[in-house]
Amino acid sequence: MATYYSEEHEWIDVNGDTATLGITKHAAEQLGDVVFVEQQEVGDEFAKDGEIGVIESVKAASELYAPVDGEIVEVNETLADNPGALNEDPEGEAWIYKIKITDASQLEDLMDEAGYKDFIG
Amino acid sequence: MPNGRVTIAFCTALTDNGIGKVTDMTDAPKRTPLYDLHVELGGKMVDFAGWEMPVQYPLGIMGEHKQCREKAAVFDVSHMGQVILRGEGVGEKLESLCPQAYATLKEGKARYGFFTNAEGGIMDDLIVSNAGDHYFVVVNAALRHQDIPHMQANLDGVEVTEIFDRALVAVQGPKAEDVVGDLCPAARDLKFMETTVADILGTECRISRLGYTGEDGYEISIPEDKAIEITRAFLAHDDCEAAGLGARDSLRLEAGLCLYGNDIDQSTSPIEASLGWAIQKRRKEEGGFPGADRIQRELADGPARKLVGIKPEGRAPARQGVEIQSAEGNTIGQITSGGFGPTVGGPVAMGYVSAGHAAPGGMVNLIIRGKPQPALIVALPFVTQNYKR
Repeated sequence: MATYYSEEHEWIDVNGDTATLGITKHAAEQLGDVVFVEQQEVGDEFAKDGEIGVIESVKAASELYAPVDGEIVEVNETLADNPGALNEDPEGEAWIYKIKITDASQLEDLMDEAGYKDFIG
Repeated sequence: MPNGRVTIAFCTALTDNGIGKVTDMTDAPKRTPLYDLHVELGGKMVDFAGWEMPVQYPLGIMGEHKQCREKAAVFDVSHMGQVILRGEGVGEKLESLCPQAYATLKEGKARYGFFTNAEGGIMDDLIVSNAGDHYFVVVNAALRHQDIPHMQANLDGVEVTEIFDRALVAVQGPKAEDVVGDLCPAARDLKFMETTVADILGTECRISRLGYTGEDGYEISIPEDKAIEITRAFLAHDDCEAAGLGARDSLRLEAGLCLYGNDIDQSTSPIEASLGWAIQKRRKEEGGFPGADRIQRELADGPARKLVGIKPEGRAPARQGVEIQSAEGNTIGQITSGGFGPTVGGPVAMGYVSAGHAAPGGMVNLIIRGKPQPALIVALPFVTQNYKR
């Protein structure tokens, strides 16, 4: 299993052709208190850089962009009732989607943990 | 989710609405006398109306909001314009620019009001205090460049002086009386909308019992060189924490208080904005202020649209600019302020709807990201105002 990071501050844990996706701790800190998560549905297909959800904090709404092409296979439904989990454990319990990756070569465009750390400075 | 976007989006929400437009953005943002303290306390600084202000501290908007509702919070509001008016009959002369009864404002009293334009729209909202030998006026940060020339040009024989060497600090919340009163016993004796001058740590300050959070509290005008020392003394109280612009915005929204540039502007009349309460009876009857034709007509016949409270039924916040539709799918208005209300525990909003849809209890749809979301028209405020009358 390998973890990749996007410039849009998502992490993606890849296991074969499936992956778990969420936002980074850094993103959660920047957003502040999350109050609402709009998620898509199981079966929805998406293209890299497409909008796959919205995260609203007390401050503002921010779009969630797909880091790769894929399809949603599972939605973390606990976030609907407990959006604040995204502030507490964004890289663990508060994952957003499980997805099927349709073009694994796109992972090469993403960063590893060290690269992401440099990216956020 | 680029890390800059969050802050930028927030600034846009607060400034891309007329407030920002009249500010000279070519200058570097200005700093208040409390700037160093904000940085020391870990404030996240943003450009607001040309001022470098803390949007939040490490406690976060939600925590700062609750702090203010439950205990006490300190806000730096030094970016607002503080103005002294001196001369004969200042109160009477202000009545030529504002629909408020300032001629009869008693010494030691403060009164909320607004400058109206010839079309009955609102140029800015303000607080006027009768300080005895002068009047003390506080106007919005971004509109000081409009308001001060406006007063200079129209208040004949009145000396209009903008104060640049004083901070303005708001202490708000149910414990504000203890926080301020422990250092300044005279503050305890003030009632809501009363103002006085008293010493805090040996420095003469103007203390007014008012604010813009819906809670009891004070706004205190402090000489700039003492601002940090006195603010630190407030923060030393166990029940007091610093709060930023983010909490200030969610607090005033829950309290149903209008933000200039969002909920009121040059095109909205005070009657449309449900601010008729702020126009005293004599002025309603006699007129004699800019835009009186429209305002008196709307008082008699009702306005075409009205600012109302809107409570989304779901969890999605409805922010400024969201379209409001009737149950039948007709466009009936727009959200002017909206977000998450930490005390309410859900989304809250205000917006204008056509008069036929303004009655509390009506169901509407908010078009959020293309999808209709049900919401209820409700009476304002969302949270009971807690003033010490």
